Amino acid sequence: MSIISVRNISKAYNKGKTVALQDVSFNVEPGEIFGIIGPDGSGKTSLFRILTTLILADSGSAVVDGYDVVKDYKCIRQHIGYMPGRFSLYQDMTVEENLSFFATVFNTSIEENYHLIEDIYRQIEPFKKRKAGKLSGGMKQKLALSCALIHAPHVLFLDEPTTGVDPVSRKEFWEMLQKLKRNFHLSIVVSTPYMDEATQCDCIALIQNGRFLTIDSPQGIIDDYTETLWAVRSDRMHKLLTDLRDIKGIKSAFAFGEEHHVTVDASVITMEALTQVLQEEGHQDIHVEKVKPSIEDCFMNLQKG
Amino acid sequence: MKALRYLLVKEYKQMFRNYLLPFFFVVLPFAMVNVVPRIATQEIKNLNLAIIDCDHSTLSARLMQKVSASEYFNLFAVCDNYNQAYDLLQRGDVDFIITIENEFERNLYRTGGAEVMVTVNAVNGMKGGLGNGYLTQIVMQYAGELSAENGTSVKHPVSVEPRYLFNPGIDYKPYMIPALMSMTLVLLVGFLPALNVVGEKERGTIEQINVTPVGRIEFILSKMIPYWTVGLFIVAFSMILAWKIHGVVPAGSIPLIFLFNIVYIFVISSLGLTVSNYSENMRQAAIVMFFFVVIFVLTSGLISPLSSMPDWAQEATRLNPLRYIIAAMRDIYLKGSTFPQLISQFIPLCIYGIVAGVWAVVSFQKNS
Repeated sequence: MSIISVRNISKAYNKGKTVALQDVSFNVEPGEIFGIIGPDGSGKTSLFRILTTLILADSGSAVVDGYDVVKDYKCIRQHIGYMPGRFSLYQDMTVEENLSFFATVFNTSIEENYHLIEDIYRQIEPFKKRKAGKLSGGMKQKLALSCALIHAPHVLFLDEPTTGVDPVSRKEFWEMLQKLKRNFHLSIVVSTPYMDEATQCDCIALIQNGRFLTIDSPQGIIDDYTETLWAVRSDRMHKLLTDLRDIKGIKSAFAFGEEHHVTVDASVITMEALTQVLQEEGHQDIHVEKVKPSIEDCFMNLQKG
Repeated sequence: MKALRYLLVKEYKQMFRNYLLPFFFVVLPFAMVNVVPRIATQEIKNLNLAIIDCDHSTLSARLMQKVSASEYFNLFAVCDNYNQAYDLLQRGDVDFIITIENEFERNLYRTGGAEVMVTVNAVNGMKGGLGNGYLTQIVMQYAGELSAENGTSVKHPVSVEPRYLFNPGIDYKPYMIPALMSMTLVLLVGFLPALNVVGEKERGTIEQINVTPVGRIEFILSKMIPYWTVGLFIVAFSMILAWKIHGVVPAGSIPLIFLFNIVYIFVISSLGLTVSNYSENMRQAAIVMFFFVVIFVLTSGLISPLSSMPDWAQEATRLNPLRYIIAAMRDIYLKGSTFPQLISQFIPLCIYGIVAGVWAVVSFQKNS
């Protein structure tokens, strides 16, 4: 049985003018890391707030850990851990005070569930007498995760936990999540705007403008990609992008790190033909190669359609 | 209700970790009880006076001496003519002009009567009215003295000897201090809760609380109880200050004062929390609370007596919780009123408390 089951959830703000979520449905299986990936403003936080019983959906239903989010919201609150996108612990209380406060309001104690947070909390324990507001970004995040875990929730909701965190800490954070999943069979729903984090999840949903574009495993999404994808480089990258978009046979072109990724209609244009056209446009050091699609390529492709 | 204990521990920690708050809990009562009664006095002293003596006689000189010897008046100038004195009045140097007519002494001896003109600057109505009263008193007294000396039968039939009950010296302080205590409470235990819940909203910490099983009654109680204790501390502290600094002690029972304040603090902190629940940010909460505090203070009878307000305004002040506590505090301090005598203040305060308390809990939404 799925631990989270969402059916046709819709939500709009400003009396229907701003649509946040449209007809969203998905399931999360126990012990799975489910990633919700999409740009800012795509409705990720609204979805989290509905599932954590903070706001009501306009229509649709959702069941979390066997409880309905509207009728049994009190039971849900006992069994979920929520880490909002914004640091929301008491900044004027110390690390230790925050942790024991959240343990006690859930009617438990740090000792009782210490095994859950041990790996994470050990890293900030040397600073336990420090006020939460005086911690560095990475440490704040570890504290927030500890506080969300201290009552041994069945499901963990993490809203953009890695936004504004340096690459090393991001990697560490994902390792922590993988450990939690492995050791405690915890179900985790996590949102992120970073496409490169998608592969860390067992299942991902790509979301845009309140709609799920697709739900699948990261490999499944990549396998579904049918376009021909080339990476193009030249000495004048900025001009290259506009030039590429004007060439016949090129369906889309967008910047991707140090290269531009283009999807092409292989029946219209070949690599050699493209190189030649670009040379005529005045580009030098032209480099074209076929590449394997990443999640970001899939997202860009799905987003068009 | 188990979580209430931990919520309270958290609230107290936060309250005393904010270095400004405990400081205010001591400084504000001190300022209100020590300083304000000295400056917000309705006694009028040091009125400046110009005298135009057209007579230059012994009797006119004696009148001048008598007026300027009074503690209420300073003789600012002796002028030769009215225009000169009027200039001083226009410039604001003097508040009163006394004109002693030509032939003052002669008329007095010959006809038994003479005229003194008093010109009053009435821009500040209270100053003008009170000063005029004092001045008339002095002149009448002088007339009495003169007639007694000469044995003439100047009418001196009745002398009014007022006796002021409950506050024999008509001292302003015992009247103001109990009311100022109630006002201090509005500022601290009304305003601070108003900023509290909305502060958690602004900092985002409410999100984390909302996903816990903490109930809203528990949550609101955890916000209210700290202000209750602080409020009662402020009452006790203010009473000690009033006693040590001004020698003002309640004529009535001290437990009764605390009983009233327990209900009153509940009322205003509930109002503050209700405002906080409805506000989206601190600025909104502060401006709404400021509006209420100003209206409450001005219509509470703290400054202008309720009985001199128009009827509709008097009815409207029934919605003001400050009105009841100020009336009760003054009655207990000055008259030593007992509980049965104050029941008409106590019951509305209790009703207000129930309404505001329920409202504060109901308006706190854990989800939307």
